[in-house]
Amino acid sequence: MSALRRPLPGWVEIGLLPLANIALAFLVVSVIVAIIGVDPLHALRLLVLGALGSSESIGYTLYYATNFIFTGLAVAVAFHAGLFNIGGEGQAYIGGLGCGLAVLALDRYLPGLLMIPLAILASAAFGAAWAAIPAWMQAWRGSHIVITTIMFNFVASALMVYLMVNVLIAPGSMTPQSRGFGASAQVPSMQAALQWIGIAVAPSALNLSLLLALLSCVGVWIFLWHTPWGYGLRTMGHNPEAALYAGTNLKRTTMLAMCLSGALAGGVAVNELLGVHHRLVLDFAAGYGFTGIAVALMGRGHPLGIVLAALLFGALQQGGAELAFESPRITREMVVVIQGLVILFSGALVHLPRPWLQALFARRG
Amino acid sequence: MEEALSLVTATLAATLRVATPLVLCAMGGLFSEKSGILDVGLEGKMLMAAFFAAATASLTGSAWMGVGAAILAAEVLALLHGFACITHRGNQVVSGIAINILAMGLTVVLGAAWFGRGGQTPPLTGTERLNPIFFPVAGDNILVYGALLAVPFTWWLIARTRFGLRLRAVGEVPLAVDAAGISVSWLRYRAVLLCGLFAGLAGAYLSIAQNAGFSRDMTAGQGFIALAAIIFGRWRPVPAFGACLAFGLLDAIAIRLQGVRLPGVGEVPVQLIQAMPYLLTLFLLAGFIGRTVAPKAAGVPYEKEP
Amino acid sequence: MQELTADAAIELRGIDKSFGSVHAVRGVSVRIERGSITGIVGENGAGKSTLMSILYGLYRADAGEILVDGRPVEMASPRDAIGHGIGMVHQHFMLVDSFTVLENLVLGAEGGALLARGLAAARTELARLARDYGLTVDPDARVADLSVGEQQRVEILKVLLRGARILILDEPSAVLTPQETDRLLQILRVLRDRGVTVVLITHKLREILAVTEKVIVMRRGEVVAERRTADTNAEDLAELMVGRKVRFDLDKAPARKGETLLAARHLSLVDGRGVRLLDDISLEVKAGEIVGIAGVSGNGQTELLQVLSGIRPPSGGEFEACGRKVDATHPVDPAEMRDLGVAHVPEDRLRQGLVPAFLASETSILGYQDREPFCHNYILDGPAVGKYCADLMERFDVRPRTPGLLSSSFSGGNQQKLILAREMARDPKVLLVGQPTRGVDIGAIEFIRRELVRSRDAGCAVLVVSVELEEILSLADRILVMFAGRIVGEVAAGQADERTLGLMMAGARAA
Repeated sequence: MSALRRPLPGWVEIGLLPLANIALAFLVVSVIVAIIGVDPLHALRLLVLGALGSSESIGYTLYYATNFIFTGLAVAVAFHAGLFNIGGEGQAYIGGLGCGLAVLALDRYLPGLLMIPLAILASAAFGAAWAAIPAWMQAWRGSHIVITTIMFNFVASALMVYLMVNVLIAPGSMTPQSRGFGASAQVPSMQAALQWIGIAVAPSALNLSLLLALLSCVGVWIFLWHTPWGYGLRTMGHNPEAALYAGTNLKRTTMLAMCLSGALAGGVAVNELLGVHHRLVLDFAAGYGFTGIAVALMGRGHPLGIVLAALLFGALQQGGAELAFESPRITREMVVVIQGLVILFSGALVHLPRPWLQALFARRG
Repeated sequence: MEEALSLVTATLAATLRVATPLVLCAMGGLFSEKSGILDVGLEGKMLMAAFFAAATASLTGSAWMGVGAAILAAEVLALLHGFACITHRGNQVVSGIAINILAMGLTVVLGAAWFGRGGQTPPLTGTERLNPIFFPVAGDNILVYGALLAVPFTWWLIARTRFGLRLRAVGEVPLAVDAAGISVSWLRYRAVLLCGLFAGLAGAYLSIAQNAGFSRDMTAGQGFIALAAIIFGRWRPVPAFGACLAFGLLDAIAIRLQGVRLPGVGEVPVQLIQAMPYLLTLFLLAGFIGRTVAPKAAGVPYEKEP
Repeated sequence: MQELTADAAIELRGIDKSFGSVHAVRGVSVRIERGSITGIVGENGAGKSTLMSILYGLYRADAGEILVDGRPVEMASPRDAIGHGIGMVHQHFMLVDSFTVLENLVLGAEGGALLARGLAAARTELARLARDYGLTVDPDARVADLSVGEQQRVEILKVLLRGARILILDEPSAVLTPQETDRLLQILRVLRDRGVTVVLITHKLREILAVTEKVIVMRRGEVVAERRTADTNAEDLAELMVGRKVRFDLDKAPARKGETLLAARHLSLVDGRGVRLLDDISLEVKAGEIVGIAGVSGNGQTELLQVLSGIRPPSGGEFEACGRKVDATHPVDPAEMRDLGVAHVPEDRLRQGLVPAFLASETSILGYQDREPFCHNYILDGPAVGKYCADLMERFDVRPRTPGLLSSSFSGGNQQKLILAREMARDPKVLLVGQPTRGVDIGAIEFIRRELVRSRDAGCAVLVVSVELEEILSLADRILVMFAGRIVGEVAAGQADERTLGLMMAGARAA
């Protein structure tokens, strides 16, 4: 069985193995599509067209990708520290609470140049704080972070429902949502921003939060691979004993990794609330936290890989909606199926194609 | 007085109704976790089972066919979990999450394709459902009694049989089991399959006994509450059963307390009561209510020394 | 000849076993007499555990045959061994802590699908064994609540309950207190008197001399001697065990000692279960000398390095490194030790010294990542790190000279050279080195030792821990011997002879 872990050539390991994993996932997807009576190739064509066929659909693809970049980075940062943060969902949600509170308190007094950065900071801070509790429980009380972050997702959800229904609901509103954000707290849409420099695109939900997401990618890349803290964090993730030997404080590093992870998850709130809804609403983060796991796994924890994976999932999300619209037998939950299969094949069954690739490349070694 | 009595019995019946899927699920999860295989995917197994139970019952007109299909569906996911975690030594949490997400998507995709009702199955009536046996108001269908029997059965199997002894051992020190000449993998596969069986029954209960049909995401976190009950019961059947009842009672109370002002306290937020199972488990995990002792080898793939 | 074979419980003929390039057992033939206690002694890596693992079916021999009761048998798995009446008590117990003694005893031999009958039978059997052998353990106690000595008794009982007539014990006293060890030896005598054949693997000569009838001495995978215990003594065995050591000629000038840079006084370390891992350790290392710590592994050397490098705080006593006093209430962390000029080459390079998934250049700054010139204004300087790593590789002849390669793709020797380079490059005042050449090829061994001497000559205080006596003899200016968490002797390098050291390492004599 030790053959299972025999090393493969580097490019196979980094390039081919993930592709093989994805290919397996999509193979199963096409079987499912065929089972429900749709030609998989036809479905694929509709999906691609729906995701990339017009500047509007590209806009939506990028808008979804923005969320996935944030949650993908969040999962990846924790993963590099050897921590499995499945609480991205709750952290994004509570990040939204921070964002909403900051805006509702101050949007009448502050100009956009102050209000928006402050709201972004509040999202990050609340997301980080929500992640800090399970981190503390893991570092000081030895509680399993997987279990605690799951529980915190549910607690976040209950807390938000309570606050939205009882406290933050706009006076006179029938649905649980806050009053609308003032103009100073709205992140400009990409359409408006591009128009400003003379480029015309169709309107979509895409907004300048995408730039924040890309900036976060660069930031995470610098942090993980170009700062001593990131170095210590990765050491802990790979080899806690070596981290102890090197003088890294494991408890503090656990806190750091989780807080950063939570803050990144808070980015979803920026995209959704400041960029699109312009008010605090229920369930705006639903599903994005879990998809972040798929994005991080597929992107191999690297920001560049995460951007690519986020684009794929963004395209799936958008294309899936179009596909569901065009083909009545398929619902947009097909995207959820694909996400599940990607997590399965590039996560839990990541080594499945390894023996085949080994057989292919054995003669090279 | 009479009113109070009927309130009590009604609440108790409601508790039992709500607790039944939790109990079944928790007993299933116990087998898996006792053997050292973490099961975050209880929720997904239950959801998939619920869907196939309702779909099959609706298509065949037989509730029992529905139960069979539910078990089969849950077992397929259980085997998938086993294949990933035991055979391929994959990450057990990742596998569990994948199963949850897969079930979440697949139930709606298949439901929409087969029934065209936005993911719901057609409403079930008569023999398509498991109906109450003695007390129509209480909803005491066969699976409620099944859940009540599942607890002593689980206790007996774990505490009193050879299989149980080996199961407990493999979750603690798989090496000792291997050294005694017992197959670690086969033992864990059996545990995972038992887990699938119970999760399947729990799912069937949701869609063809408690409710009259499947609706999307109808498990609504109950798989995770079952997981919390296992932790709360410190991986022992009877205390886990107690935790399930307590969580069920909380839920029953939450429904009754909606909008009611309690003297001295004011209105208790329903959401607080709903979040109670999670909050209590978190307090427990943080070590504020004594220590928890998870099976030592849980989550760790077993690899023979070279 | 026929008769001789007949009264041998076990006979091994021409057993040979290699692990990759390591030839662990070389054509060993051994006879174990029925109803006797046979000791197998040897240093770390002499092949004694491997030999017994082959007998127990854990490994398969490359060549040779195994005879039980005079008949050749196949040992494909422990199951076969158990079937032939062979039982093994491992150094690390295979017990389930949360189980009762009885539950542990029946695991794997439950006698039916229901436990009740098997448990009852085991209880009766246990009472009989207690009566016959004096092996008393409370059957209903939880294993976690038992002392280590009692847990070992459970292991022995487990083996006996399965009908073993041949009992192999691998370093049984490694985890026991002296009193518990005496108790164990007493039990072994009783077992022998009742006809059980016992094989005792150990490096402790006191135990050998106390209970065995015959001793087999192994060295470098071979049986170098067989003695009747009555005809031998500790000195003789120690010499056989250690052998004549070939010393590498290191062209070492006499040490020019300077001030004391590292001094420990009455250091102790007690673990969570109350076991004393370090016991009253006092030592001094001066600038310009190499102090070697000899000893069989598991006698506290690992813990000593952990304490001195700041990874674990001491439980009692204190030590002073480069002017900084450290004790239980004033702990230090490894980063601060580095600031003070204490460098540490850890024993286990794959688990501590490097991160296999990191690039060689990243490994070359492990522990120094937040320092100039690698890091300015909180940002790592990639090119500077790469260049630094390339320099280290050049100076310490690390091959291939590719800082961008994964650390795991280097050979053991080159990994070790890289770690050594990292720790030595910043001219530390004190250098702690654990197993400098474990798993390292011959060429690298010489290079590494030369570098250690060069460091000493540059005025560094060097503390080397090694289980290779030959290494200690060729490197050290002074030799300390550790046994059971204590320093049991000190010898100047010039006066060191293998026999005295061997005796101390085996706990047979304090100097």
